[in-house]
Amino acid sequence: MNNADISLNIEVPYVTRVEGHGNIVIDMREGKLITSHLEVVEPPRYFEAMIKGYSYTDIALITSRICGICSVGHQMTSLKATEKALGIPVSEQTVLLRKLLIYGATMQSHVLHIFFLAAPDLLGVPSVVPLATSHPDVVKMALRMKKLSNDICDKLGGRTIHPNRLVPGGFTRLPSTADLRWIRDMLANQMVPDAGASLELLKTLASRFPAFERETEYVALRDSGEYAFYDGDIASTDTGLIPVDDYLSMTNEFVVPHSTAKHSRHARSSYFVGALGRLNNNFDQLNTMARGVADQLGLKPIVKNPFLNTAAQLVETVHVVEESLKILDDLLTRGIRDEKPEVPEKVCEGRGAEATEVPRGILFHDYTYDNRGQVVKANCIIPTTQNTQSIDDDMRELVPWMIGQGMSKEQMTLTLEMLVRAYDPCISCSVHFLDVEFRE
Amino acid sequence: MSRPKVAFFDLTSCEGCQLSKLNLEDDLLDILNLVELVNFREAISDRREDYEIAFVEGSISTPHCVERVHRIRRQAKILVALGACAHIGGVNAIRNRMDIDAVKQEVYGADKYLFPSIKAQAVSDVVKVDYFVPGCPMDNGEFKRVLSAILTGKKPQIPEHAVCVECKARENECLYDYGTTCMGPVTRAGCNAACPSNGHFCFGCRGVVPDLNKNAARDVMEKYKLSMHQIRNRFHMFNSNYVELEEKRDE
Repeated sequence: MNNADISLNIEVPYVTRVEGHGNIVIDMREGKLITSHLEVVEPPRYFEAMIKGYSYTDIALITSRICGICSVGHQMTSLKATEKALGIPVSEQTVLLRKLLIYGATMQSHVLHIFFLAAPDLLGVPSVVPLATSHPDVVKMALRMKKLSNDICDKLGGRTIHPNRLVPGGFTRLPSTADLRWIRDMLANQMVPDAGASLELLKTLASRFPAFERETEYVALRDSGEYAFYDGDIASTDTGLIPVDDYLSMTNEFVVPHSTAKHSRHARSSYFVGALGRLNNNFDQLNTMARGVADQLGLKPIVKNPFLNTAAQLVETVHVVEESLKILDDLLTRGIRDEKPEVPEKVCEGRGAEATEVPRGILFHDYTYDNRGQVVKANCIIPTTQNTQSIDDDMRELVPWMIGQGMSKEQMTLTLEMLVRAYDPCISCSVHFLDVEFRE
Repeated sequence: MSRPKVAFFDLTSCEGCQLSKLNLEDDLLDILNLVELVNFREAISDRREDYEIAFVEGSISTPHCVERVHRIRRQAKILVALGACAHIGGVNAIRNRMDIDAVKQEVYGADKYLFPSIKAQAVSDVVKVDYFVPGCPMDNGEFKRVLSAILTGKKPQIPEHAVCVECKARENECLYDYGTTCMGPVTRAGCNAACPSNGHFCFGCRGVVPDLNKNAARDVMEKYKLSMHQIRNRFHMFNSNYVELEEKRDE
């Protein structure tokens, strides 16, 4: 069959097993691809406008509600931006506890994506539900890993979704030594073996990831000392490092009619953020065990297959477990000090832009405060917003690739859905996404 | 016995309440033995329309939301509003006191005409809601209680007293004594004073307590020398639509 004869129309309304509402639309006429994009149909949220006039004490509470799945990341980024704008110091202990919380949230999100959202495609079933019967041990293990991640967030942040102990300057309540010891023991005795079993499982499924590659720009935070999650400069595999204050020169947001989520581009027509963005920029900083997982999964930068973002998430899951164990040993050696949250010496005007690596990629919050400590201007740039153009660009190359592979329309539809899921998009966040539509 | 068919839908929200259910790790498999899950876009690929019980998360904020919720109401025998956005409008309603055109301009600039938005409302502002699970996020324990009540044909019980009652029972120190404005005195209990017990002020996510004792609330404000203006923003955080209704009543 010659490509020039092919007319194809695929429409997947409301793609499932992703966070938020999106439709995939493919329209190919006589071999020419007219449309190939992800429509984001999530209702707009308007957070940047909503928080105007709110006090610095309340901002993180509201911006947390951008996304329940990424609420730890949103609160963290929000607090850091507020602290930078108003000159609120934070203690070393606060930074360590915040890192632990981010690692717990990253474990939770990655495990949810790998096992509940992505694995059903690799095992050829529509959801995790039939897996409970066909693969009960895997499902029980996944639930155990997720529960432990959530318990970590509960013990540090007060609760997993929209934590209620995080305020500018620190924590309103601190975990006990017993809590920290429990987390350390559970990570070492339960999570490490479960992560090992997950690796063995993923190795048997790795051949089911489509072998599609596309060269692009990968973007992530990079820290001089460690594989960055909490802090760093903005790194690009194309252009090197820039400071977070210059984030707008990276994100370049623009509006497209088919998406309530804005799009981003930098050195090329799009860039990629998320686990692969981080792995491709910070591979040299992976901990020993995580590096071993990457080697066994055959991941070596630059990884150009977007479907392997899911595999990169497992590498990161292991990395954050190792990193958490280091911090826990450190905190347990020094003991938890009873610190009250720091307050600003004097509230005065200021602007602060900050970034954090949340599970789906680099997240920016930027606030300008007046002299009463109330927000006058805000900007939040979400990982999925930055990835939407990359998904569209992937689809444009994936459709001819799939035709070349001789795939049926059903296989193509599933592969397109798998592509969108591989990005682990967070559509609530991005408007703030998924249905496939093939138009014929 | 055939299992009742259950569906979950999300309108305008952060999907935190949907995610909460995936966090019921210990009970998830048991719940799936009691109900047949026919539609839950975030977790499964099936999308059947023959559901009997519909859980709706999120507020109504676009013409499309209105259409969807009417369709859900036509099918569902029982409709449950899940979480603050669906129950009371939640944080989405903060923008209702602003000019919608200015809000759209702020976020989308010249492209504001691409995406229609209406006033952010609770589900019960548009269709009849049978039961609700309050909170942001909803509490999984309460969700399980409401689900068990529905499955056994009972009316779910949601507390109708203030958060302060639970906070006192937990012997927390009052945050007002530390100069913090807390929404506990006016907010519906049932969270076991989750936020004040973590040293954080209550922000009213469970909605205003029914039959609010306004005089007692005024006494608290007087004692701590707070003006309505000072607590207004915090009141608006989750309860914008309540404030709007009260202001109309006072006019």
